[in-house]
Amino acid sequence: MSNASTSAAGSERISMLKVLNPFHIWALGVGIVLVGEFMGWNFSVAKGGAYGSLIACWVIGLLYTCVAMIDSEVTSTVAAAGGQYTQAKHIIGPLMAFNVGLYLVMAYTMLEAADALVVGDLMKSGAAALGYMDLETKPFVVFTIAFLAWLNYRGVFMTLTVNFVITLIAFLAILVLFIGVDPTHSGTILKHKELLTDLPYGWIGVIASFQFGMWYYLGIEGTCQAAEEVRSAGRSIPLGTMGGMMTLLVAATLTWFICTGLMPWQYLGQAITPLYDAATLVGNTNLQILLFVATIFSAVASANGCINDASRAWFSLGRDRYMPSFFGAIHPKYRTPYRAIIFLIPIAVSFAFTGLLDQVITFSILSGLLGYTFMSINMVKFRKMWPLGSIKRGYVHPLHPFPAITLFALCVSVYFATFLGYGSTLLSIMGFYIVASIWFTIRRYKFVKRGDQFTMPWPRPEGY
Amino acid sequence: MNFWQLLSYAAWGLSALMLLWMLADAMSVAKQYDEEYLMSSREGADELTGQ
Repeated sequence: MSNASTSAAGSERISMLKVLNPFHIWALGVGIVLVGEFMGWNFSVAKGGAYGSLIACWVIGLLYTCVAMIDSEVTSTVAAAGGQYTQAKHIIGPLMAFNVGLYLVMAYTMLEAADALVVGDLMKSGAAALGYMDLETKPFVVFTIAFLAWLNYRGVFMTLTVNFVITLIAFLAILVLFIGVDPTHSGTILKHKELLTDLPYGWIGVIASFQFGMWYYLGIEGTCQAAEEVRSAGRSIPLGTMGGMMTLLVAATLTWFICTGLMPWQYLGQAITPLYDAATLVGNTNLQILLFVATIFSAVASANGCINDASRAWFSLGRDRYMPSFFGAIHPKYRTPYRAIIFLIPIAVSFAFTGLLDQVITFSILSGLLGYTFMSINMVKFRKMWPLGSIKRGYVHPLHPFPAITLFALCVSVYFATFLGYGSTLLSIMGFYIVASIWFTIRRYKFVKRGDQFTMPWPRPEGY
Repeated sequence: MNFWQLLSYAAWGLSALMLLWMLADAMSVAKQYDEEYLMSSREGADELTGQ
């Protein structure tokens, strides 16, 4: 592994370390998402009933499968940090790139804050279960963010190796719980026959549940941020991302199956920690402890992955001067975007200290959704500008343009679902990004070095 | 002071230590290395691109 390369002018250049493999990519993607199986997905049950939630699980699963396929193809050609920001920069242009970069930073930093809040709340619940009722959550929220930022600062290999271990334990906990509820003997522990009902709010309830169906998979697209640090982006990103998506489809379906067989939809739709509640209802103390630990691990893994991704997105914006170039620095020893990591700590702590978990998560989901919508447009343009055969691709997704069209249509349906429940939040978020775009166009774009941002050795695109 | 209160203070203390360590390290890097070198990275190369 090389520590630094030499530029054409002869001066030494620093670079990130290429040390990651497909397992790290899997750990990054699944690690960010899996907390959504432990909490959050079940709010879709409150909107559409148990079957409505299952429909949301699979329909939104299709949306994210399209995201994973499109991301895998584009990122297998762009071995650069920044993920969807870099894709938008190369395919569309600066304004969309700036917006997508901002969506990424906001989505991951807010999700990180929400994860840290969850760790604090779980510590409080654990202390209460052991007889201490007045535990302050703030020290544990700050400790979670500070420790994970420190880990990220010290190097990507250890960061994502830790994520691999704790994510695997959390995933295995779901499998153990599935075996523990004796799924082959329906009626002994699981009571699907008694608990499953018709759609309580009809098909409009099913559509409304799509917003919370996002929790099953939100963040799998974060695998692209590691493209500059994997040994082979062309091989590792598609393998890790598609493997992660398959893992999540299994985990989401098992989670739905376990929880809807143990709890009535009216309770499940409001539960805070549904998988832990399911383990409690089974009545096995070991399962209960395992699921408590797995819930904490899933939240920590998610926060860890979010710090990794938000810092790479912020670093890329700095490197191209979309944000101050100060943030485009790489640590000479640890080879991480250390200034971006430090800068985002107080922002994450501020979001966490608002305590507004609902609003923070909604902002995060909508920022992600805006990114997916643009991704479908990017993909159509990418294939037109660089048709198959014009550049080397590590992965070619099938049936183009149907995945891009499907992704766009499903994004529109989720906007509608969000408008039904969080109309004013949706409009205020749109307003925020419009104001940010105006600021970028008027005040910031003049600092962007337009030629320097395109250093990939690609051929001239068709039609240019 | 019980175990949980001690744990809370430990969490605050360790958080402060780690944050200070990162800030001190970042400042020491800024002193030791040229700014141009720290910001000299370019979009990644991969065997697919032939670099």
